[in-house]
Amino acid sequence: MQTLGGPPGGDRVYSVSEITACIKTSIEDEFPHVWVVGEISNCTLHTSGHAYFTLKDDLAQVSCVFFKTARLGALVPEEGLRVIAQGRISVYERRGQYQLVVNTLLAAGRGELYAAFNELKARLEKEGLFDASRKRALPKFPSRIGLITSPTGAAVRDFIRIARKVYAGVEILVRPVKVQGEGAAEEIVAALADLNRFGEVDCVVLARGGGSIEDLWAFNEEIVARAISTSALPVVSAVGHEVDFTIADFVADVRAATPSAASTIVLADYVDVRTRLDALARRAVKEMRSRIDADLDFIESLGSRYGLRRITDRILSAARDVDEAVGSAQRSIKNAIESRKAALGAVAGKFEALNPLSTLARGYAVCYKGMTAERVTSYNQVSPGDKVRVLFAKGRAICEVERSEKETG
Amino acid sequence: MAEPSFEEAMKRIETIVADLEKSDIPLEKALERFEEAVKLAKICHGKLDEAQKRVSKLVGTEDGGFALEPFEESRED
Repeated sequence: MQTLGGPPGGDRVYSVSEITACIKTSIEDEFPHVWVVGEISNCTLHTSGHAYFTLKDDLAQVSCVFFKTARLGALVPEEGLRVIAQGRISVYERRGQYQLVVNTLLAAGRGELYAAFNELKARLEKEGLFDASRKRALPKFPSRIGLITSPTGAAVRDFIRIARKVYAGVEILVRPVKVQGEGAAEEIVAALADLNRFGEVDCVVLARGGGSIEDLWAFNEEIVARAISTSALPVVSAVGHEVDFTIADFVADVRAATPSAASTIVLADYVDVRTRLDALARRAVKEMRSRIDADLDFIESLGSRYGLRRITDRILSAARDVDEAVGSAQRSIKNAIESRKAALGAVAGKFEALNPLSTLARGYAVCYKGMTAERVTSYNQVSPGDKVRVLFAKGRAICEVERSEKETG
Repeated sequence: MAEPSFEEAMKRIETIVADLEKSDIPLEKALERFEEAVKLAKICHGKLDEAQKRVSKLVGTEDGGFALEPFEESRED
């Protein structure tokens, strides 16, 4: 008898319900309890309290249902959220679809990282590792800085570029490490230990350019935090951008917003030192000038002005030169370094100009003929019996020439 | 006398200027100090203008010690 539509060979013919029932049994038996990680999309929160969404990754997707009873107190599914869902696979016969019936929903990846970050942060804070009292001051005028960073990243270039701008004379010692991925935290810990054992650096900068929380994760590892807190050398953390905070930032003695900022922070004393030097030079010159002016007044009061007038002029013009040189240095930030060098040169040069008076102060004297303004610079200007007037730094003497000879002392 | 460190030099200059501002120092002393300050300022500027220091790399040696090697900046990103 010919069966209508029967297959050749006598294979079994399922009804749709039958085959669906078979599939349902086989799939549901295979996956009664699974964990699936993916990103939520097409999320609908139904008024019934049930939630429907799709979990997807780059290549596939699976429908999910999250029933009201399971949802109590659980994570609220949200569009785009990466989650780990635990549940069972169930086949919805009426539509011929399978779906994941979710029991538990956890934030995955980033969510877990944030949770771990917060947990460690709270724990270390409680332990006192972030206390302000633990923070050490950075050394003044460091001459050698240890830099722990990737040898090929932007951080190392930024740090070196800014450091050279601030103070080219600083020595930078790079201890190259892997700054992200497997083993990065361990390398950073080893690098900190190396620099501490090596010892010949003034402080350590831990640097890395910006990135996602995953990229920066090594700096959120407890072993790195502990290594920073036990480092004998002060540690500056310079991880990521301004907005990125890592555990390393909280434990470090100083947190720099970026690697370039770290350069400026560790070399801060050099930044304003030229200005300070100039200010000191100005004060010193001003003080010397007023001292000399006072002494000049005294000498002038003795009534002999001629030779000294010239010295006064020289001093005053020297003082003006110094003021001008210093003033011009302040006007131009762009040429600051060059003009300040000039200012210093002026200060040093003008010191030479002050010499005639310091010579007087050292015990030399100026000799004038009689009560005239004619200076005696040679033996043949005077003869025995002539009166000469000798000026000292303070006061004078009127003397009579006993002998005048070409030979000296 | 060994050349003072930057910090020492700056401190000394500051002390000298403060001294100069006290008017009870004899002129000769004042001039001596002034000269010293100028010399120290020169040293400080000299240090600031020191030739660009090399960037080195800290590497471990076989005997567990350390060695410094020149650090070559490279680009990879």
